[in-house]
Amino acid sequence: MGLLNRMGTVIKAKMNKLIGRMEDPRETLDYSYEKQLDLLQNVKRGVAEVATSKKRLQLQRAKLLESSEKLEAQAREAVAVNREDLARLALERKQALISQITGLDKEIATLEAEQEKLVEAEKRLSTKIEVFRSKKETIKAQYSAAEAQVKISESVSGISEEMADVGMSIERAESKTEEMKARSAALDELLAEGTLVDFTAGEDDIERELAKIGKQGSIETELAKLKSEVGKK
Amino acid sequence: MIIRIIGQGQYNVKSSLFDELNKIDNKIVEHVQKGNEKGYKKSLAELIGKIVKEGDVVDHKEIIESDVIVPPSDMTLEEARQVFKGTGIFEG
Repeated sequence: MGLLNRMGTVIKAKMNKLIGRMEDPRETLDYSYEKQLDLLQNVKRGVAEVATSKKRLQLQRAKLLESSEKLEAQAREAVAVNREDLARLALERKQALISQITGLDKEIATLEAEQEKLVEAEKRLSTKIEVFRSKKETIKAQYSAAEAQVKISESVSGISEEMADVGMSIERAESKTEEMKARSAALDELLAEGTLVDFTAGEDDIERELAKIGKQGSIETELAKLKSEVGKK
Repeated sequence: MIIRIIGQGQYNVKSSLFDELNKIDNKIVEHVQKGNEKGYKKSLAELIGKIVKEGDVVDHKEIIESDVIVPPSDMTLEEARQVFKGTGIFEG
């Protein structure tokens, strides 16, 4: 059996769970409508959750970028004072941060795409719910029970398929968001442990070393100046 | 023929396209069985690309059931396996 057949079976099973079988078919319409509104709330929550996760990753990225820029400046400074060892150390650390940033970029893009998809799904669903609502009232007002039965099963099936689709999309978005959350938490942990040093806070070893060289440098210059002054006399 | 691509909405496609889609579907099944991720991704993209290119988007105001359900474009090989096994989100 092909993937498309299997997918059809999966969606059908989900649809059947969504359709409540009421004794009065007209009640099925109201029941379905309630479920639709619930689902719409779920999509909205899903969109908000994906957006929050994305924001968190973006903040982490900004922090890592700031650190890497600082390391680059330090490397430059180290080269200027002929300390290749320090420059190398700074560049190695920068490299580690850059690979983290690249990883985050990919994840941010995934969440961005996920958010867009859910926003589109929300639009489609809310349009359909609006149409369903007016259809539901028409069916209830105009048709006899037997006629209503056919109309009801048509519209309920149609919208249940949309609901099954949206439900599945939310679940998949959620599982992706969970993965990202775990990764983001792991990154926080690395930063806290100092495995990935957070160079934005306080003074680090490279900075201390460069400051020392700076001080020494100015002492040397001053000394040279004094010597030349004394020599002049 | 109405085709739904999960996460993307419905498309109205000429029935004559069915055979072609069926062929790609068979290729997908083969890739999943062999665990050929690259081939699987390529075939799934081809399938969806064809539907989007040849089909017309069904108006969002239409409430109709589809004839064919196509998995989401970013479905992984592992998820495809789950579809066949009927596990996880794809319990059927």
